[in-house]
Amino acid sequence: MTTQLRPSAPPHLDVALDARDLVKTYPTGRGKDPVRALSGLSIQVAAGSVFGLLGPNGAGKSTTVKILTTLSRADSGRASVAGIDVTLAPDRVRRAIGLVSQKPSSDPKATGRENLVLAARIQGLRRRDAHTRADELFDRFGLAGAADRLVRTYSGGMARKLDVAIGLIHRPRVLFLDEPTTGLDPEARADMWAEIARLAAEEQLTVLLTTHYLDEADHLADRLAIVDRGRVVVEGTPDELKSELRGDTVHVEFDNSEASAAALRMVERMPGLGGIVAEGLGLRARADLGARAVPALLSTLDEAGIAVASVTVARPSLDDVYLRHVGRRFEGDHS
Amino acid sequence: MTTIALPVRGRFVRHSGYLTTRAVRALIRQPWYLAVTLVQPVVWLLLFGQLFKSIVDIPGFSAGGTYLEFITPGVIVMTSLFSSGWAGTVYIEDMNRGVMDRLLASPVSRGAMMVATLVYQAITTIIQSLAVFAIAYACGARFDGAASGIVVTLIAVSLLTVIFAALSNAVALLVRQQEALIGISQFLSLPLPFLSSAIMNTKLSPAWVRHVANYNPVDWVVVISRQALSGSPELSVVGPRFAALAGLALVLAWVATRAFGSYQKSV
Repeated sequence: MTTQLRPSAPPHLDVALDARDLVKTYPTGRGKDPVRALSGLSIQVAAGSVFGLLGPNGAGKSTTVKILTTLSRADSGRASVAGIDVTLAPDRVRRAIGLVSQKPSSDPKATGRENLVLAARIQGLRRRDAHTRADELFDRFGLAGAADRLVRTYSGGMARKLDVAIGLIHRPRVLFLDEPTTGLDPEARADMWAEIARLAAEEQLTVLLTTHYLDEADHLADRLAIVDRGRVVVEGTPDELKSELRGDTVHVEFDNSEASAAALRMVERMPGLGGIVAEGLGLRARADLGARAVPALLSTLDEAGIAVASVTVARPSLDDVYLRHVGRRFEGDHS
Repeated sequence: MTTIALPVRGRFVRHSGYLTTRAVRALIRQPWYLAVTLVQPVVWLLLFGQLFKSIVDIPGFSAGGTYLEFITPGVIVMTSLFSSGWAGTVYIEDMNRGVMDRLLASPVSRGAMMVATLVYQAITTIIQSLAVFAIAYACGARFDGAASGIVVTLIAVSLLTVIFAALSNAVALLVRQQEALIGISQFLSLPLPFLSSAIMNTKLSPAWVRHVANYNPVDWVVVISRQALSGSPELSVVGPRFAALAGLALVLAWVATRAFGSYQKSV
C-alpha cells in the first residue's frame, strides 16, 4: 500500500502534497448540528505524480482541495503544498499552485487571451512574458483560433481547456483539478484526459485530481484514494486496489425475482464463490478463476431448473473496489 | 522558469489596475447597459421636473431657480444610489462561476479586488452624472457655478457611490445570494433620497426629516452639489460634509475588504 513511486529519489524530498488529519465542519445555522465535511483525512502525494481523490459528492473531496489551495482553513490538522504550510504562508502556496475549480473559472465577458493575461499578471509575470506564455498555452490546447473571442462563445470543452490553461499560466508546481470533466460530452472528456495525461508526463507537475468517475481515476491516476464521509477508506495504485480483490467478478442475471432469490440461496452454498451480493434481478459474486467457476455454477442452476438470462465474467474494476470498501454501489452521477 | 516574476511590493496598485481594466472592458463591450441605467433618471428629471414645477412657488422654498435646477443634484444622487446598490452582483456572478475562488486561490491583493470594483462603479457614476447634467441643460437648467460645480458634484457623488458599492460588495460576500442582495439594496436606496433634500427642500419637511437628513450621506452630497453649483459655496457647509463622505468611504471600503475573510470561512 505504501509503495514508493520513484524509488530512486529520497522519499522526504518527494512529497508535493502532505495533508494530515484534516478536520473541517461547516455550521448549518442556529440550533442545527454542524456538517462534518472532513473527519481526519490524510494524504501524501509524490512530486510529479497524478493523485486521484475518488468519491461521491459530499465525500469531502472538494473541501480537501479548498483547504490545500488556501481557500478554506481546516479546523484541525496540518497541510503543506510544495513544502509550504498552507496556514502559515498562504500567499507563497498561491504562487506555487494552479486551481481548476469545479465550476468554469474564466470570465465569460472577456476574451480567452484577456483571461490568461490577467491571471498571468496577477501571478507577477511581466506583460511580454504573459503574452508569450498565453500564446504557448493557446497552441498547446488547440485554442489559438479562439484566443481573441469572448469566452461566452466557447463550447463547454473549450472553456474547460481554457480553465486548465489559466491554472497553468504561471508554471505552478502543483495543479489542482477539481472534477475537470464533469458536464463534458464524451468526446471533450477523452480530449481532456489526453491533455491531463500529457501534462503529467511532460512537465514536472504534481496533479491532484478529484473525480466521481471511476474510469477517470483508473485512467489518469498513478495513485488514488477512495474518500467516503470525510476520510480516506483505502489508498493505492489502481492496480494494487484491484488486485487486492483477488479474482474475477461473476455477474448473473435472471428473468424474474423468484429465480433470482432461489439462485441466491443456492449460490451461497457453492464452494469457490465469495462476496455474494444480490443486485436487482441478478447477483454478483467473486471467484478466484471466473472461467472455471462459471460452468459449475451454470450446471448447478440448470439442475435446479433456474433459467439464467445472462452471465458475465469481468476482471475486477474500481467499481468493485469501491463497493468493497464503502459498502455500497458507486453512484457517480447523482448530484 | 523563463519568466521573471514582478516583486510583491506595489502589488495593490498593479492589481487594482488589472482588475479595473477587466471591469471597464466589460462595460465598453456592453454600452447599452449604461443607456438602460439612464432611463430612470431621465424619467425622474423630466417627469418630476414638470409635475412639481410649481413647488418652488411655495413660500419658504426659496431655491432661487427652477424646480428642474433644484432636482438635478437629487436625480444624480438617486442614480448613483440605484446603480451602486447593484455593485455586489458582479461578485455574485464571479462566485456562481468559479472566478471568485480561482482569484482568491491566487496571490491577488484582496484590497485591489475591492478597489477595482469601487473605481469601476465611480466611473459609471461619473458618466451617468454627466449625462444627467447634459439632459438638464437641454431642458433649460442653468447654473451660476456650472464649471466648478459639476466637478465638485462628480467628486462628491463618486464618494457616495463608493460608500454604497462597498456596502453592496460586503453584503454580497456575506449573503452570497443575488435575491438577498437586491432586497437589501432596495431597502436602503428607496427611503434615503426622501430623507434628504434630494427632491424637497427640507425647510418644508417635518423637523425629524431635517434632523435625519443631517446624518444622511445622500443629503451631504445634495447639499455639496447645490452649494457648488450656486457659484458661491460656503466652505463651512461643504467642508465637513466632504470630510464625512471621504471618511465613510474609506471605512466602508476597508470593512468590505475584510468581508473576503468571512466569505472564505463559509466556502
